[in-house]
Amino acid sequence: MIDIKGLRAGIGEREILKGIDLHVGAGEVHAVMGPNGSGKSTLAQVLAGNPAYEVLDGTVTYKGEDLLSLEPEVRAQKGIFLAFQYPIEIPGVTNAYFLRSAYNEIRKAKGEEEIDPLDFLDLIDEKIKLVNMDPAMLNRSVNTGFSGGEKKRNEILQMAVLQPTLSILDETDSGLDIDALRTVAEGVNKLRRPDNATIVVTHYQRLLNYIVPDYVHVLANGRIVRSGGKELALELEDKGYDWVLDAA
Amino acid sequence: MSAAIESLVNREYQYGFVSDIEADAAPRGLNEEIVRLISAKKREPEWLLEWRLKAYRRWLTMKEPHWSNVRYAPIDYQDIIYYSAPKSVTPLQSLDEVDPELLRAYDKLGISLNEQKKLSGVAVDAIFDSVSVGTTMKAELAQHGVIFCSFGEAVQDHPELIKKYLGSVVPYSDNFFAALNSAVFSDGSFCYIPKGVKCPMELSTYFRINAADTGQFERTLIIADEGASVSYLEGCTAPKRSTNQLHAAVVELIALDNATVKYSTVQNWYAGDAQGKGGIFNFVTKRGAARGVNSKISWTQVETGSAITWKYPSVILQGDNSTGEFYSVAVVNNYQQADTGTKMIHMGKNTKSTIVSKGISAGHGNNSYRGKVKVLPKAHGARNYTQCDSMLIGNRCGAHTFPYIEVENNTATVEHEASTSKIGEDQIFYCKQRGLSAEQAVSMIVSGFCREVFKELPMEFAVEAQQLLGITLEGSVG
Repeated sequence: MIDIKGLRAGIGEREILKGIDLHVGAGEVHAVMGPNGSGKSTLAQVLAGNPAYEVLDGTVTYKGEDLLSLEPEVRAQKGIFLAFQYPIEIPGVTNAYFLRSAYNEIRKAKGEEEIDPLDFLDLIDEKIKLVNMDPAMLNRSVNTGFSGGEKKRNEILQMAVLQPTLSILDETDSGLDIDALRTVAEGVNKLRRPDNATIVVTHYQRLLNYIVPDYVHVLANGRIVRSGGKELALELEDKGYDWVLDAA
Repeated sequence: MSAAIESLVNREYQYGFVSDIEADAAPRGLNEEIVRLISAKKREPEWLLEWRLKAYRRWLTMKEPHWSNVRYAPIDYQDIIYYSAPKSVTPLQSLDEVDPELLRAYDKLGISLNEQKKLSGVAVDAIFDSVSVGTTMKAELAQHGVIFCSFGEAVQDHPELIKKYLGSVVPYSDNFFAALNSAVFSDGSFCYIPKGVKCPMELSTYFRINAADTGQFERTLIIADEGASVSYLEGCTAPKRSTNQLHAAVVELIALDNATVKYSTVQNWYAGDAQGKGGIFNFVTKRGAARGVNSKISWTQVETGSAITWKYPSVILQGDNSTGEFYSVAVVNNYQQADTGTKMIHMGKNTKSTIVSKGISAGHGNNSYRGKVKVLPKAHGARNYTQCDSMLIGNRCGAHTFPYIEVENNTATVEHEASTSKIGEDQIFYCKQRGLSAEQAVSMIVSGFCREVFKELPMEFAVEAQQLLGITLEGSVG
C-alpha cells in the first residue's frame, strides 16, 4: 500500500529523518516506536504533508502514486488519514459541519455524489456509537473545550466517518486514561479491513495490547534500527530503548 | 504552503469598472456658491437651502476630528467636486427613459432595475453618483401607503415630512462630517411607513460612485410611524481608482411607538489596491432614535470594502421598553483600516441593547472596535449585552478594542465579553488533512466566526454577504 524508500526530512536546518525504509501492505498494522526525538511524529507529519517539514531525499509511493508531490488535501482525498497527537481546535465550526464538509470533499474527489445533511446525520449516528461519544458533541465546535480524551476520541470518530485506506495514528494514546485508551483502541480495531492499513506511532507498549500489530519497528536517531513481530514491543517494554540502540 | 496559497487568484475587485456616461458636474471646490448650485440643481425650496447654508457656515468653524485609530493623508476639501450627475437623468423620470448605459452599469453589479426584480419581492432605489436613477415598485408600495423614493423626490412631494424629521436625529452641528454632509448632500433614500403598516417587501438602495474626484454625500431618512415596521438594505460599490474618494453619508432612522426599523448594510466600496493605494474613505454618521414606547431599531452591517471605514451606527433609546441592536462584521485586508462600532444611549425605562461585533483582520489591515454604552440617570432597569470578537489571519494585521461604559443608574445590567482568535497554519493544515482546500478552510472558519451576525441579515443578502467575505479574504492566508 505504501512504500517508503530512503526518506530524509527535517525542519529548518535540522535533519530529523535520516533515511527511512518502510513497506506497509494492505490489511497490515505496523507499530513505530522509539525514544523521544527519534522522529516518530515527524514521519507521521511528513506522510500527511505538513508544510512545516521539508523533504530532503527519498521517495514515497502510495497505491502506485508518488505521494510527496501531492498537496495535503489531495493525499487526504486519496485515503490518507492522520490522527493528530494534538488535535486542533476550530471555534465557530461545528463538528457535524466540519465532518460533513470533509466527507463531501472526499466523495467529490472520487467522483461520487455529495451527501445531504439529513443522510449524513444517520451515518454519523451509527459511527458515534463506535467511539462511545455523546451525540450532543456534534453541535459543539471542533475540539473546542474538549478534554484530551474527548479530542482523541473525536479523531477516531473522524476516521470512522472518512473511512481512510491508510490511517496514521500519531501517539493517539498520549494523555489517555485506561478506559479512554480501551475505547479508542476498540474503535480502531473495528475499522480494520483487509483493504486498509494502519501505522501506529507510540512510545509505550500498552496501546499495542489492544491494537495488536503485525510488525513493530524501532525508530532511533531518524532511522529504523530494528524490526520484528509484536514480541519486539514486549522486549522493549522489558529492556528499554537503550538495548536496541546499543545493539544497532 | 505560502506559495500555493499566494498562487490562488487574487480576484480583482469586479466592480472596478468605470461607466462612460456624460456627467453634469460642478466646478471643483466648496463655497457658498456651490451649496446654492446644488440646491438649485435639485430645485429645492428656500427653507432647505437655508438649512444647507447654516450647516455650511457651521462647518467652516469646525475642525476635522483626529481621535480615531485610522491614519490617512490630509483631505483637501477644495480639491473635491461636490456635485456630479449623469446628464441623461432628469428628476422624477420613469425607468424607461433612463440611459441604457446606466442600466447596464447596474446589471453588471447584478442589480436589475427593471420590474423583473418584482419576482424576488424587493424594491430598489438606485443612486448613481449624486442622483437617484430610479425607484422600482413605487406604485405597489403606494397601495399600502408606504413612501419609498429618493430623498430629492421626497423634498418635492413630501416636504412636511422632511421638514419635521430632517436633522432631528443627527443635527448638522453634530460633527464635522455631518455638517459637511448637511451642506452638500446629494441624494439618498427616503422612506415613510404609515401607522400600523408592516412594509410588505424589503426596501433597498444601491449606491454607485462613478465619476472621478467627486465626493459622495448621501442622506437617508427612514421613519416608521406608530406600529409600523420596515426592513431596509443598502449596498454600495465604486470603481477602482488610484486616488481616494470621500464618502460622508448621514442616515437618520426614527421609530415611534411600537415601531421597528431594521437597517442592513453590505458595504463593498473599492478598498484600494494590494499596496493600499486608492480606495474610498467611508466616514459616515448613522443614528437611530427609538423614540416610541416599545420601539426597536436594529443595525446590521457587513463592511468589507473601503480603504478606511469610520462609522458608529447608534441607537438612542428614548422610549420606555425600547430596544437597540448592532450586529457587525468588519473585514480589513491588505492595507485597509476600520474604526467602527456603535453607541447605545439608554434614556427611557427598561431599555435593552445588544451589540455583537466581529472584526476580521488580514494582510496588513488594522481593525478597531469602538463602542459606547451609556446609561443616563433616569434610565431605570437598563440592560446591555456586548460581545466583541476579533479574528486575526496571518501575523501582520491588527485588532483593537475601545469600549466605553458609562453607567449613571445603579439598576443597570451591563455585560461585556471579548475574545481574540487567530487562524493559524496548524488549523489550515488540520482542515487540509481532512480533505478541504486552504480556501475552504479559511471560508469555513470565518463563516463560523461570523455566523451570529450573518443570520441577522435578510435572507436575500446573507448569501451575497457570505460570498463577499470569501472574495475579500482571498489570498489572505500565507
